[in-house]
Amino acid sequence: MATEHGRTLAEKVWDAHVVRQGDGAEPDLLYIDLHLVHEVTSPQAFDGLRLANRPVRRPDLTIATEDHNVPTTDIDLPIADPVSRTQVDTLRRNCAEFGVRLHPMGDAEQGIVHVVGPQLGLTQPGMTVVCGDSHTSTHGAFGALAFGIGTSEVEHVLATQTLPLRPFKTMAINVHGELQPGVTAKDIILAVIAKIGTGGGQGYVLEYRGEAIEALSMEARMTICNMSIEAGARAGMIAPDQVTFDYVAGRAHAPSGADWDAAVAAWSALRTDSDATFDAEVDIDASALTPFVTWGTNPGQGLPLGESVPDPETIADEGTRLAAEKALSYMDLAPGTPLREIAVDTVFLGSCTNGRIEDLRAAAEVLRGRKVAESVRMLVVPGSMRVRVSAEAEGLDAVFTEAGAEWRQAGCSMCLGMNPDQLAPGERSASTSNRNFEGRQGKGGRTHLVSPLVAAATAVRGTLSSPADLSDTPGDGSEAVLAGTGSGAVDAD
Amino acid sequence: MEPFTQHTGVGVPLRRSNVDTDQIIPAVYLKRVSRTGFEDGLFAAWRSDEQFVLNQEPFRNGSVLVAGQDFGTGSSREHAVWALMNYGFRVVISSRFADIFRGNAGKQGLVAAQCEHSDVEQLWKILENDPGTEVEVDLRDMTVRAKDFQARFEIDEYTRWRLLEGLDDIALTLRHANDIDTFEVSRPAWKPVTTAQPSH
Repeated sequence: MATEHGRTLAEKVWDAHVVRQGDGAEPDLLYIDLHLVHEVTSPQAFDGLRLANRPVRRPDLTIATEDHNVPTTDIDLPIADPVSRTQVDTLRRNCAEFGVRLHPMGDAEQGIVHVVGPQLGLTQPGMTVVCGDSHTSTHGAFGALAFGIGTSEVEHVLATQTLPLRPFKTMAINVHGELQPGVTAKDIILAVIAKIGTGGGQGYVLEYRGEAIEALSMEARMTICNMSIEAGARAGMIAPDQVTFDYVAGRAHAPSGADWDAAVAAWSALRTDSDATFDAEVDIDASALTPFVTWGTNPGQGLPLGESVPDPETIADEGTRLAAEKALSYMDLAPGTPLREIAVDTVFLGSCTNGRIEDLRAAAEVLRGRKVAESVRMLVVPGSMRVRVSAEAEGLDAVFTEAGAEWRQAGCSMCLGMNPDQLAPGERSASTSNRNFEGRQGKGGRTHLVSPLVAAATAVRGTLSSPADLSDTPGDGSEAVLAGTGSGAVDAD
Repeated sequence: MEPFTQHTGVGVPLRRSNVDTDQIIPAVYLKRVSRTGFEDGLFAAWRSDEQFVLNQEPFRNGSVLVAGQDFGTGSSREHAVWALMNYGFRVVISSRFADIFRGNAGKQGLVAAQCEHSDVEQLWKILENDPGTEVEVDLRDMTVRAKDFQARFEIDEYTRWRLLEGLDDIALTLRHANDIDTFEVSRPAWKPVTTAQPSH
């Protein structure tokens, strides 16, 4: 990515990790600072190592957690599904054999891999971070170059701590202005994806910039970078600043003493130079945004909550029209239906997108003193055990259970329904997760992606809603969001 | 990895854009710990519909999938590539692939051939008008042929070379082990390690 002029943030991080410059035919060889591992995409990689008699080169730069398969109830019992249990047991055996640190189900540090890395302080600015999971883009919120990889690449990183890669293109996402109360990071990223499309970021690293981004907490920044992949991008990044440093400081694996000073000095240089150029730029006016929800079967099919289900007949492009028709048929929605009138039977609050403490706080503020509608079941699944413990220390669990929601253990849960938390055929959810693909949350299930505030309000009214739609008095949740500009530390200690 | 030079097989028209990896193989099918046996999960939801293209006779044994734009979006699951290959596919043709899917395909020997969308449209028409038509994909001259139709496709040059030679990516990288050793010495000491005892 070397250029004659100034460099972007992504180019700086890339350049600092080139082990061997490519020669045109061969790609660059990039060093990987942190490799996150989970049970689904790693068994075949460890098998490959065994077959070739190769060790894990840097177990000290590798960490594993159990997240995709784990149940969110009865975690003291063996996993009921024997195939899931085998996959989890396989991870445990592999980690023991190859010397990789593992946080298993029930462990105090267990959780979704993208929640665990940051909260341990392992995710730091300027690093390269990979994981066999597309939502690795989450870690870009720290100014790290973080991207998802497949199992062959997992094996490659385990064996060599490097990846052969061609430089990515760069795209600036300039988010100007100030968010209105009740509008969140989730609404920003859904609006970005609706604007550039699910393939718009293909081949790019997105750098989110502008006042609206700088005003966000670390957790909100993670929500935005998390969904970069839904725009097709390899990664999303935000330049580290004082908010970032404050979040990292004092965490278990953060540098300390003289090391901290050296690290901050290095991190402070991780900003796009004023004379650097991006390959593409997109502008978003944050002040014009309102709560955003999806109506279709890909994350780009979204609209402001105040609008109605679109009419495919009015879409000029044939491919887009066909996709909209298929989506509406699958979602069982009629064109012209106001989005606010869409009734759901399930609300899912959790995932690596919105399963952190600030997300739970925002939703709890809406639910405090209110009840989940009779027709709705609401699952609250903390992103990690640590988030769960923090929430309980603040009494959020009581707010959720008194409202009628289920308070669960940590994991990926209904985001992808690999564990028992699934939609039944025909069921419809408002979900704070990241993908509304056909069947994503269970075969035949229908998903509307929403923010935690919209999820909570929807749970109360039973139809897609924002806190502003709630007529009774308890807080509208906006104060929790406005307060979410601090360190956002999730530690209970 | 088996070298790939040329393949001829029945083309399967999949008239859908944004075929995400949850459609290619739903999460409930990802629990196996091997690289084989994923064919049952391939397009599992769509295959329960008897009208789905892979349930139609001449297409059932297809090996060249011709799909709409943005194929393989979403999850990084390499199981999507394994499911396609376990089923019998050797090539997917689309006008745009998701980055991670394309990378995974290249590692496993599934050719992700990127064509103009107009070429995809033409192939769809040929395959629908004469079901069972064979499509020839030649990696040497990066050309796809079906009946009188012929078009060039794009594929990353390094991936093409590795596929033609059937080379193992890890072995290639380990030729540069000395460079990796040298780089590691230069890494700042304050970079985190996962094994250290928490210091605070």
